[in-house]
Amino acid sequence: MDQPSFWIVLVAAIFTNNILLRYFLGMCSFLAVSKRVETAVGLGIAVVFVCTATSALNWLLYYGLLNPSTSIISKAMGQELDLRFLQFILFIAVIAGFVQLVEMIVERVSESLYMALGIYLPLITVNCAILGACLFMVIREYDFLRSVAYGLGSGLGWMLAIVSMASIRERLRFSNIPKPLKEVGIVMIVTGIMAMAFIGFAGMVSL
Amino acid sequence: MNGQGSDKEKPTLKEDIRMGRKAMWAGIVMDNPVFCQLLGVCSALAVTGKVVNAVVMSVAVIFVTAMSNVLVSTMRKAIPRSVRMIAEVVVIAFFVILFDQLLKAFWFDMSRELGPYVGLIITNCIVMGRAEAFALQNRPVPSLLDGIGNGLGYTAVLVAVAVVRELTGSGTLLAGTPLAIVFKAGQLSSETPCLLQIPIPFEPSQMMILAPGAFFTMGILIFIFRAIRPEEEI
Repeated sequence: MDQPSFWIVLVAAIFTNNILLRYFLGMCSFLAVSKRVETAVGLGIAVVFVCTATSALNWLLYYGLLNPSTSIISKAMGQELDLRFLQFILFIAVIAGFVQLVEMIVERVSESLYMALGIYLPLITVNCAILGACLFMVIREYDFLRSVAYGLGSGLGWMLAIVSMASIRERLRFSNIPKPLKEVGIVMIVTGIMAMAFIGFAGMVSL
Repeated sequence: MNGQGSDKEKPTLKEDIRMGRKAMWAGIVMDNPVFCQLLGVCSALAVTGKVVNAVVMSVAVIFVTAMSNVLVSTMRKAIPRSVRMIAEVVVIAFFVILFDQLLKAFWFDMSRELGPYVGLIITNCIVMGRAEAFALQNRPVPSLLDGIGNGLGYTAVLVAVAVVRELTGSGTLLAGTPLAIVFKAGQLSSETPCLLQIPIPFEPSQMMILAPGAFFTMGILIFIFRAIRPEEEI
């Protein structure tokens, strides 16, 4: 299969195939943490970082341990061993472990960075955008470089969506919205309009 | 959830079932996981292009929530508090893998169509939330019923969204099953196999199948749900 180039994967993951506006991943934290731009930027940066790093790490582990034709377990045993069904548990363990590790390192290295990012890090383990990006990268059979591009693009796309949503929501606070539509209802509809705008990018590149 | 966690007086099975039934109804209506607690929104938007997909996904979530609730509840005294999250994730992942493998074996096309969303049940907050909020404090039988109830609440939302989107987006209902109903503007044709053809006065809009349609439908359904129950303070 002919694979798109590094840059195309990156741009497509941000705009045309935005992980939130097209695949609906990471909605929970998107709804909860998009009230202020400042916090949205903080969470966005954390997601970009974790998403890029875990997609690289998960790619290495998936093709090194689980995929029957390339894994070192198959080579050591002398026969092909298909462990792909373990991908879910491996991915979520890597994400949880990595988040924990980053949290510890950041706490040691930089106090100010920890104060800025610290509270968001535990939230990321349950952010389905990260696990979703890892699963998509396996389904689409990307090689290592493209997987990193896809992880980075997905993170950036998610950050773009949440930061723009937070900016809109800061304005919405002063507008007169029917009570049952307040908060979540209107956020859903605004997100729908944003998704419509992003469909406009569809002709640009395709995955 | 009022946890009657003290097992001192050994409640009977009957009491267990009564309590579980209460939790179940709360999960379906009063405390609906998607509308009231805003959990599991991701998949509620993603797999609702077709009613069939929504139903399969719901079955998966009911299965995983109920079974992981039972297992977590059975082990609740053996799990130390500090590692409970990891223990829950492992239990949930186990049942998700089980369902994923079964789906791949018996209905490969559906597994293809749902793509990564079956795997993403692991990070579906409903499953984790119920294990954390209910199963850790309660006995297995109420936990089972609570899991089924929350799964059914999720199902109700998913099917409602899917019916709206499939009807307005592609003009069909239950497409892909023998029970398919086709709604068509203008005259009827007999090309597509279906149970019933009903003429409708509008043309289906592609946008409802795409992402914006999902957001709009969800927003409007939340609006209606909250307007009907105004006592619920947001």
